[in-house]
Amino acid sequence: MGRKGLGWYHGESRAASAALSQKGVGRNMRDILRRSHREDERDAGAGGDLWVRCSKCKELLYRPEHEQNLWVCSKCKHHFRVAAPDRIHITADPGSFEERDADLPPMDPLHFRSGVRTYREKLEQSAAATGSPEAFLYGLARIDDSPCVLGVIEIEFIGGSMGAIVGEKVTRAIETSIATNLPLILFSSSGGARMQEGVVSLMQMAKTLARLDDLGAASVPFVSVMTDPCYGGVTASFAMLGDVNIGEPGAFIGFAGPRVIEQTTRERLPPGAAQSEFLLSHGMLDLVVPRPEMRTMLARLLRIYAARSTAAYGSGEAFLESRSAPPEKVAVGA
Amino acid sequence: MELEWEGPVRQLDGEIANIRRVNPDDDRIKSLEEDREARLRDLYQELSPWQTVQVARHRDRPYLLDYIKWMFTDFVEVHGDRRFGDDRAILGGPALLDGTPLMVIGHQKGRDTASNLMHNFGMPNPEGYRKAIRLFRHAEKLGLPVLTLVDTPGANPSLPAEERGQAQAIAESIAVMLSLRVPTICVVTGEGGSGGALAIAVADRLAMLQYSILTVASPEAAASILWRDASQAPEAAAVMRITGPELVELGIVDSLIPEPPGGAHRDHAGAARLLREHVLAMLEELRGEDVEDLIRKRHDKYRNIGRP
Ligand SMILES: [Zn+2]
Repeated sequence: MGRKGLGWYHGESRAASAALSQKGVGRNMRDILRRSHREDERDAGAGGDLWVRCSKCKELLYRPEHEQNLWVCSKCKHHFRVAAPDRIHITADPGSFEERDADLPPMDPLHFRSGVRTYREKLEQSAAATGSPEAFLYGLARIDDSPCVLGVIEIEFIGGSMGAIVGEKVTRAIETSIATNLPLILFSSSGGARMQEGVVSLMQMAKTLARLDDLGAASVPFVSVMTDPCYGGVTASFAMLGDVNIGEPGAFIGFAGPRVIEQTTRERLPPGAAQSEFLLSHGMLDLVVPRPEMRTMLARLLRIYAARSTAAYGSGEAFLESRSAPPEKVAVGA
Repeated sequence: MELEWEGPVRQLDGEIANIRRVNPDDDRIKSLEEDREARLRDLYQELSPWQTVQVARHRDRPYLLDYIKWMFTDFVEVHGDRRFGDDRAILGGPALLDGTPLMVIGHQKGRDTASNLMHNFGMPNPEGYRKAIRLFRHAEKLGLPVLTLVDTPGANPSLPAEERGQAQAIAESIAVMLSLRVPTICVVTGEGGSGGALAIAVADRLAMLQYSILTVASPEAAASILWRDASQAPEAAAVMRITGPELVELGIVDSLIPEPPGGAHRDHAGAARLLREHVLAMLEELRGEDVEDLIRKRHDKYRNIGRP
């Protein structure tokens, strides 16, 4: 995965995972895995520890190999969902991730009770199941040596829904990017809003966007990666406003989910509709990047953007100075 | 459209009508009418959240074009997003309010099948939000304050809307509003439904009519997500804090605007008069504010919602 080799350029499918194994990440990854991948386990059935069934093509996959393939089906290329810590591990350089605000506790702004259970109890349950106190984690990281701020939504935590703390941590990730002048990379996967937090959840769309606007003013790049599934308040706020929008192959991405659309319009969606490739062809995404090539693609973008501060024009300091120059000065040469 | 719990009032209406048919000058009419007014006032003094939802969705409730008719001396509706089409669920244009020029933008619902089809039940497509963005920019260029009136079940969930970037359009509309260099006022007049409402609701002042709602998802959708049972919508309405007084208490909504006795649907002119007074008062508050301060305060206000 060296910069000088051709590996990073061609982005061959196994390059990223092979490089990770060489650097001895494989074992750490498997440790974290033990508590995640409920989708795999459901599909595997009883006693299926070593084998995973692909939910799309039904192929039986050998788990150690499946992990090496970054949870992409070797037969049909179906991209399995990835737990947030695993996503960090397959994206960031080994040992480079420094998590921020890891212990920020969840909030219950409405003191919500649903039937016999309180929202607090549901939060505790989700924390136990995912090993994370809320549905988002972020921190400083390096990708192929390029520093960035990296954040990931945990889809298994109440559907990756954006409540106050997810909104808060996304906002803090943006603020960290502004403070450090490091590019922001967010992996989003979410069912939308957190019902138990009502309008407070809705307002997180405005909260994250208020700071994203400042990120733009500070000339810091933002790469938004959307993975399956990604809907509602997350796509209708920060996720769709990346400088570069990337989707994983086959990911369902949109404002409304297919089920909601089918219920409302009473029509079946055609195959492929509202998935990454469909959005790419309609101009909503810049790129559809297979998972084994994602790290390579992000590294390349970071290298390009990292050069911006030394450039004599563009969004570097020289440009910022020229922007603040009085208009008369600009008009002199005309 | 009859509300079940208004039964006692309707009964008195029937009695009054019967007596009047026999003798329009009957002495009993006056006291019965007083009784009716008192009952109506009592009913509307303590609406449950679900009853508020029903009033907010009432077919006779004034919509954007009704308010425009009653509130402004001049208004010119402008059309189209300059990209694809002209959405009929979000309308807007420049207007004069008591001599003050402003840009008014809002959702429009229909009352019968034909008008509902035309306005798509108040559910905008991306073109509606892009038209709103165009009008925000128009207002900014000319230094006009912006007034938005919110009344939508939500953005249109359909494949064509997805093809044309529903999520992106909403996100961009919110982002543009957040940094708009003119004062902005939003009033929720009926249903403030999810992102489709928020897209034009991020303002310096956020007010709600007395019997309007603002919610992250319709009570039916919330109930089906929470309990897999849409019929529990009244329970969802009760626990999600969607009414004006609850949202003022939560610090998300700045003020409530009273409605005529028995709700805005009984008296469009009266509702518009109350709305007009409050909009003028809010405009007065914002007059002379430095634009940089305005934007900073707006950003801070949203930055601090749900901050630990
Ligand atoms: Zn497969």
